[in-house]
Amino acid sequence: MAPPTSPRADLGPPAPRDAGDDAAGLGRGRAAAFVAPALVLIAVFLVFPALWTLYLGTTDYRLTGIAASDPKFVGADNYGDVLGDGDFHRSLWLTLQFVVGSAVLGQTVLGFAIAWVMRDRRGLLRRLVEGLVLLAWILPGSVIAFLWIALLDRDGGTLNALLGTPGTAWLLDHPMACIVVFNIWRGTAFSMMLYGAAIGNVPPSHLETARLAGASTWQTLRDAVLPRIRGHVLTSLLLVSLWTFNDFTPFLITAGGPDGRSEIMSVYVYRTALGDGRLGFGAAISLIMILINLVIALLYLRALRDRSRKAAVA
Amino acid sequence: MNETVREVLRRIGLATFVSAVLGFFSLPLLWLAFAPFDADPGISASLPEFTLHNFQLLMDNPYALASLRNSVLLAVGTAALVVTAAALAAYALSRVRVPGRDALLYVLLLLSSIITGTAAMVPIFLLAFNLHLVDSRLGVILVLTGGLLPAAIFLLKDFTDATPTSYEEAARVFGASPLQILRHVVVPVIRPGLATVTVWTVAQVWGDFLMPFLLLRDPDKAPASVIMYTFYTEGGQPDLPLISTFSLLYSLPVVLMYLFVSRRYGFRFHGGIKR
Amino acid sequence: MGYSGRDFSTRRIGAAAALVMAGAALAGCGDGGSSTDPNRGKDAKSYSLTITRNAIEGGKNTEEAEWITRTVIPGFVAAQKAKGVTAKVTFRGQGVDDESYKTKLALDLKSRSGADIMDVDGIWVGEFAQAGYLRPLPEVVGAPADAWDGWPTIPGTVQKLAMFEERRYGIPPATDGRVLFCNKRLFARAGLPDGWQPKTWQDIIAAGRALRRLPSVTPIQLNAGTAMGEATSMQGVLPMLAGAGAEIYTGGTWTGGGQAVKQVLGLYAQIYGPEGLGDPKLQQEAKGRDKSFEEFAAGKIGILAEGDYFWRDVLNPKTGVAKMKTRDQDVGYALIPAVAPGKGVRGQSYVSMSGGAVTVMNPNTKYPQQAFELLAFMNSAEMTKARTAGTPELTSRTDVNKEILAGDPFLTFVSEKVLPVTSYRPGLAVYPEVSTALQEATASVVAGKSPAQAAAEYAKKLEGIVGGAANVTPR
Repeated sequence: MAPPTSPRADLGPPAPRDAGDDAAGLGRGRAAAFVAPALVLIAVFLVFPALWTLYLGTTDYRLTGIAASDPKFVGADNYGDVLGDGDFHRSLWLTLQFVVGSAVLGQTVLGFAIAWVMRDRRGLLRRLVEGLVLLAWILPGSVIAFLWIALLDRDGGTLNALLGTPGTAWLLDHPMACIVVFNIWRGTAFSMMLYGAAIGNVPPSHLETARLAGASTWQTLRDAVLPRIRGHVLTSLLLVSLWTFNDFTPFLITAGGPDGRSEIMSVYVYRTALGDGRLGFGAAISLIMILINLVIALLYLRALRDRSRKAAVA
Repeated sequence: MNETVREVLRRIGLATFVSAVLGFFSLPLLWLAFAPFDADPGISASLPEFTLHNFQLLMDNPYALASLRNSVLLAVGTAALVVTAAALAAYALSRVRVPGRDALLYVLLLLSSIITGTAAMVPIFLLAFNLHLVDSRLGVILVLTGGLLPAAIFLLKDFTDATPTSYEEAARVFGASPLQILRHVVVPVIRPGLATVTVWTVAQVWGDFLMPFLLLRDPDKAPASVIMYTFYTEGGQPDLPLISTFSLLYSLPVVLMYLFVSRRYGFRFHGGIKR
Repeated sequence: MGYSGRDFSTRRIGAAAALVMAGAALAGCGDGGSSTDPNRGKDAKSYSLTITRNAIEGGKNTEEAEWITRTVIPGFVAAQKAKGVTAKVTFRGQGVDDESYKTKLALDLKSRSGADIMDVDGIWVGEFAQAGYLRPLPEVVGAPADAWDGWPTIPGTVQKLAMFEERRYGIPPATDGRVLFCNKRLFARAGLPDGWQPKTWQDIIAAGRALRRLPSVTPIQLNAGTAMGEATSMQGVLPMLAGAGAEIYTGGTWTGGGQAVKQVLGLYAQIYGPEGLGDPKLQQEAKGRDKSFEEFAAGKIGILAEGDYFWRDVLNPKTGVAKMKTRDQDVGYALIPAVAPGKGVRGQSYVSMSGGAVTVMNPNTKYPQQAFELLAFMNSAEMTKARTAGTPELTSRTDVNKEILAGDPFLTFVSEKVLPVTSYRPGLAVYPEVSTALQEATASVVAGKSPAQAAAEYAKKLEGIVGGAANVTPR
């Protein structure tokens, strides 16, 4: 799947103490035994059906109808259809806005900010903040959809009541902004938890030193915190981007509308492929989405490596 | 003086930020707080004509409460499997050099996005069918585990990579076996990571509709995510009294789990090792 | 030290080989022929059967689920016991949206497993048959299929619901019809007559203009756009298309962007255009249809095109999701007119669209004769009456309808006036895509595109969907 040129050893968090030294004396045999359960589960329940799906992407396979009993090999036709579709281009552009706006800028920044502010607080306030943020993340999508429609509804919506703007149809006038804000609300918890844990792993002595040296918050973050959590930043960005890219919940709020103005990739797949039972076509889009995510991952890697080099110079 | 002003400004800024966060995250939840107690809930949040009748309706539903138990079984089973397998694998991958392991992990992560999509349902179903895993909770747990493992390993490896190996070396000198080292030295250190992955896994399973729906047959085994979808009419209109009330009950166990995990294990590292 | 590169790749090759073998094993499955003898298992003294449908106790279609578990199953088991046979019948309720339910059935049937008796939507029969998931009843059951004594009580048009290429695949238990609902109170305030019955599309527009003078009232709700999904086709485009004299699929070709489609889109343009006879934003909202129901129940919509379940289920003063306490006094109904008298499909002056479920048999059942016996039992007059005892609805059986609809003027109206002029959708696998294309055409008209342009875009898209211009006729 990965292009052979991918910088394999570099892909992944650049961990300073990445140990190849087998500290616990694991040895080859025991290491294999440790990895085996996960590997077997992944091979059977992930790799096998995933490859099968990718194979379906080269056929005109459908769930029902003649193409279900007798699917035909169509080679790269599905890919040609997708790449030549104007709706696909629009949807890709909207998805990039969605990922950059809600995942990269929104969730990551807000999640980090909350984790940072709450880092050495205890008690009710912290539980309240973390609990609320987490609630947004763990509630099932079908419940969430009702919540947000109730919030943004143009007639009886809570937001219009608060702002005194009755009749403003937020979901129709600003569909992309709505789903970006929605997804920030929905997914910040993950970044908050991850950065919370990561900040917890920064030795308190480092922070103490920075504080005694009179460093501003910004300087502390840049010099004491960021270098220690860079690996976590990459992990978080990779995961959150991938998940946001594939997120379907916005469909429940805007149905991709109005007129496709919030038709992000998952909704595009739903409309063109799955709603009509065109599984072959849907499978083809999955591969294209994977390749786009690979590109995004390489960009992150580059960005973070550059920063570490700059940091090393400074 | 200047210092005091700065401190005051800082505090005001912090308070503003915290209030904004509280407001932003609680505002959409208003509907969930009001609608279950409303005699005639609509799509918009409104002050209710107070009633507990909706809860009565829900108690009369033959599947609602059992479905919550089913959700717990699926979530606990999957979380146990994911966390155990991922922790073992992440530790081994972190400590033993395998060429291209990170690239391989990322490719697996990408593949997992296919599996969680709808396009893969035919392969997954036929696989489960041939392994006699249809209408079995174990089948759902295994399929979900397969999809969640790459991200879990990815996360946990990140945490293990970031921990120093010196304590493991020390423990080894004292004759501890690798499993003992993992349990008594590594697990305490990566506890925040384990807690994060556990909560994440449970949340994923808790909300997942497609896999349990496709793989289970007996409605007595259906989890809450599936039963939630039954509260619609013939024409697809939501039965809001049932849905809002069930949403509330549906959310509670996950909130309780979060409180438990965060109290018992904490998402922070407070151990003495690195101080 | 770690793995040597070679060890690792050996492991991977081994894993790959295992996968290939598993793949071969799986590919081999599904081709295994189960017996097709209609008389297999016929003489079993003890057997078990499973029923599934998109109904679940306490949830979606709960009355149907209760009917099966409390009436059908005990009744059938007792009847078998009287014959000295032990029958065990299980009901597996579901209650999800139609697409998910369809997916699950398709997967079950594909793997030659699943319930012995199941309900499918009438429009799935064709695509399921084409996929080899379902087989004609006479092939599965043999002679008893066509000899069933219930057939003469089901009108030919309703039987078509369960047919594909002129062969029966199951028994349709019920059907429905589409009408124009109107709010009599608003009509009175707008000076419109009681017992309103438009004869042309212009009559509808004229009523809409009168209603528009009332403050904060949306005159007309004719479903449009993709957010409403199939509701746009079923309650909007297709009945209007029938009113313009065309069916979406007839004589082996699909209807392209000709006169009829342009007329329908023209009607949409008139309603959602500058005159403001409809609410274009409602058509774009994700929950627009639910909201249109709430608004109608609250007396904010004058005219709304819907199926009869809107009356039975949505507005129902006791059990409805948008209860309207004054339904019986305040809600009127009228036939959907053709564009002008005699200009509708088949030269009709009034039109409708119908759908409905079909109870089919799993061709892989172990006990075809017993399963058919159960299927026939479920659709007997007695069981049909029991099913509709709570809320009357249009059953497929004319003998039952005569009895149960006597006290219900609305359903009698649908049964006697609407069903004779109704049409059905084509049960072909590409229909959902065609339907989506129609929905998109209405969406672009609502957004301001001209009907001619939207029709041309629809025609182009249609050709791509149905495999070229040869399968399209502009009507």
